[in-house]
Amino acid sequence: MFGFDAALISDVLASSVRLGTPIAFAALGGVFAERSGTYNVALEGGMLSGALGAASGVFITGSVFAGLICGLICGMLTGLLLGGLVIKLRVNQLVAGLAVNILVAGLTAFGARLVFGDMAGGARVEGFSTMEIPGLSSLPVIGSAFFMQDPLFYLLVVVGGLSWWWLFRSNAGLDFRAVGENPRAADVAGVRVFRMKYVALAISGALAALGGMHLVLSQVYVFTEGMSAGKGFIALAAIILGRWSPAGAIAAALLFGFFDAVQFKLQFSNPDVPYQLFLILPYVASLAALIFLVGKTRAPASVGTAYIREQR
Amino acid sequence: MSASQIQVRVLLSIVIALCLGGVLIVIDGHNPLAAYAALLNESFLDYWGLSNTLVKASPMLLAGLAVILPLRAGVFNIGGEGQIYMGGLFGAVVALNIPDTPGVLGLIAIFGAAAVGGGLWAAFPAYLRAYKGTNEVIVTLLMNFVAIHIVSYAVSGPLMAEGAPYPYSEEIADQFKLPILMPRSDAHLGILIGVLAAVLLYFWIRSTPSGFRLDLVGRNARAATYAGVNAKRNIMMSMIVGGALAGLAGAIEVAGLKYRLFHLFSDGYGYDGIVVAFLAALNPIVAPVAAFFLAGLSAGAGTMQRSIGVEGSVVEAIEGIIVICVAAALVVRKPTADSGWLKRLLPQRNKNAGGV
Repeated sequence: MFGFDAALISDVLASSVRLGTPIAFAALGGVFAERSGTYNVALEGGMLSGALGAASGVFITGSVFAGLICGLICGMLTGLLLGGLVIKLRVNQLVAGLAVNILVAGLTAFGARLVFGDMAGGARVEGFSTMEIPGLSSLPVIGSAFFMQDPLFYLLVVVGGLSWWWLFRSNAGLDFRAVGENPRAADVAGVRVFRMKYVALAISGALAALGGMHLVLSQVYVFTEGMSAGKGFIALAAIILGRWSPAGAIAAALLFGFFDAVQFKLQFSNPDVPYQLFLILPYVASLAALIFLVGKTRAPASVGTAYIREQR
Repeated sequence: MSASQIQVRVLLSIVIALCLGGVLIVIDGHNPLAAYAALLNESFLDYWGLSNTLVKASPMLLAGLAVILPLRAGVFNIGGEGQIYMGGLFGAVVALNIPDTPGVLGLIAIFGAAAVGGGLWAAFPAYLRAYKGTNEVIVTLLMNFVAIHIVSYAVSGPLMAEGAPYPYSEEIADQFKLPILMPRSDAHLGILIGVLAAVLLYFWIRSTPSGFRLDLVGRNARAATYAGVNAKRNIMMSMIVGGALAGLAGAIEVAGLKYRLFHLFSDGYGYDGIVVAFLAALNPIVAPVAAFFLAGLSAGAGTMQRSIGVEGSVVEAIEGIIVICVAAALVVRKPTADSGWLKRLLPQRNKNAGGV
């Protein structure tokens, strides 16, 4: 195949980061949700709603910043809808997440027709272009991969760092993790459990939305129906692979991005091998990660269960 | 909750969902009543519309049963779509390799192979869930994508028909084509296979010891284990049988409708199955009604667009609203002392009447 070709490696790394960023945002969102005790299967829906929000925001106002705000609001609403279902009504978290996904898939397809009219699927919008970090971008091999990306990738790095600090180094983060591990103990200690859970899902939805926005504003500059194409589900695997830590989840997501990038490369360099073999690579990698890490990881203790205050 | 209470709640939540969906239709600039009337008329009352609905209902029903059975044992099978693809693939491979076998015998082989294909595809996540504790939702979901690509490879490679303009296999032999139920239409025998499966599942869960054990595991795996039931084996069994049912849906699409294996031949039926399962409140005997309703809705998406001009995607959104409403309705609790506005709306009876 290919030897140690620095330019090629740098190229693959750059596209790994680009393809992995949406998954990384969603996985980071998933970490917040699961740390607070909720499986967010609606990451996929969060991505889609963010993508449509951003595309229509930019399309209507012409401002990328307005698009970003629109997308974030859509993502938060998706998260809060899930929150209402699982926290208030105590619907099974997986069912609620899947239901939100189905709803968002339909609503975004419908919304796209409303906003873009006949152009649906073809309305190009402004987005972010590459932003070079002076000095660092000229580093060999990793320069173009990590320091010649779009602003959203840098945002991911910043948000990832802040998340780590907040979750593991702040008092509020300790409370937050307590909610996910043992909501009753947290409640008794005076933590506002329900509010924490809602905030977590709003953050989770907003982060997933950022993933969708990266697709629209930094990759293809157009919204298409179902464009998240299962990335929200791969993000769920990245959370487990990243052991529920922000840095781990981002790293795992970038690893899936790497498999995706390699898949593209291999597809072009090996036209004789059926291309489907490469297409399944990211999924098989996710599956393998899930299978081989079983038993070595532990999810937050209360994840998947509704907290019922009046129950023993 | 009693069974009749559940049905009332589901019906009520469907009505609420249709009202909410009506708001979307209004936003789209149309009269929701006219749209729903067109839907009802063209999906359920018109001869051709009805046949179209039945064609969609058969795979949806089997996919719904493929969700219901494992969920009765407490496992989420989100992999119906992938199991449909593997069923279609196994069925088609067998069908194309035994072109001279008499019809009934061949069909048994084809459907048997499809069940094996779907069952095998479900056995893997089932094993991981039962014995390794891996989250089956993510595994089955990811495997859907893998299965779709495997079929894509098969029909654009080894199985591809000669001179085909796009990926599909050769046509299966005439004697393997399922009989048509409604003359001159596409409505085939598949729906009866689905209904038969639903009835069998119903009596299995309701009236046999093994069905009872399976249900027990779903209700409380720890209690079941304590009572001497092998929870792991029951989880495996429910998933494998569920996968086999989804596999049958794949064979039905091949032998009943398309007569070939196509790339992307299932239009998300596996995911529709999840909706069916919840509409039926996990009761197999209600699943045919749920599938029929959902199929009509989905078939009506096209007719609503043609006759009234309502966006097809609205129907997709309405489906999502229905699932959310039904899922919420099934768990909404009777008001307790601290339950705000609900208390004023609903009559208060029993303080500790719990949900689920």
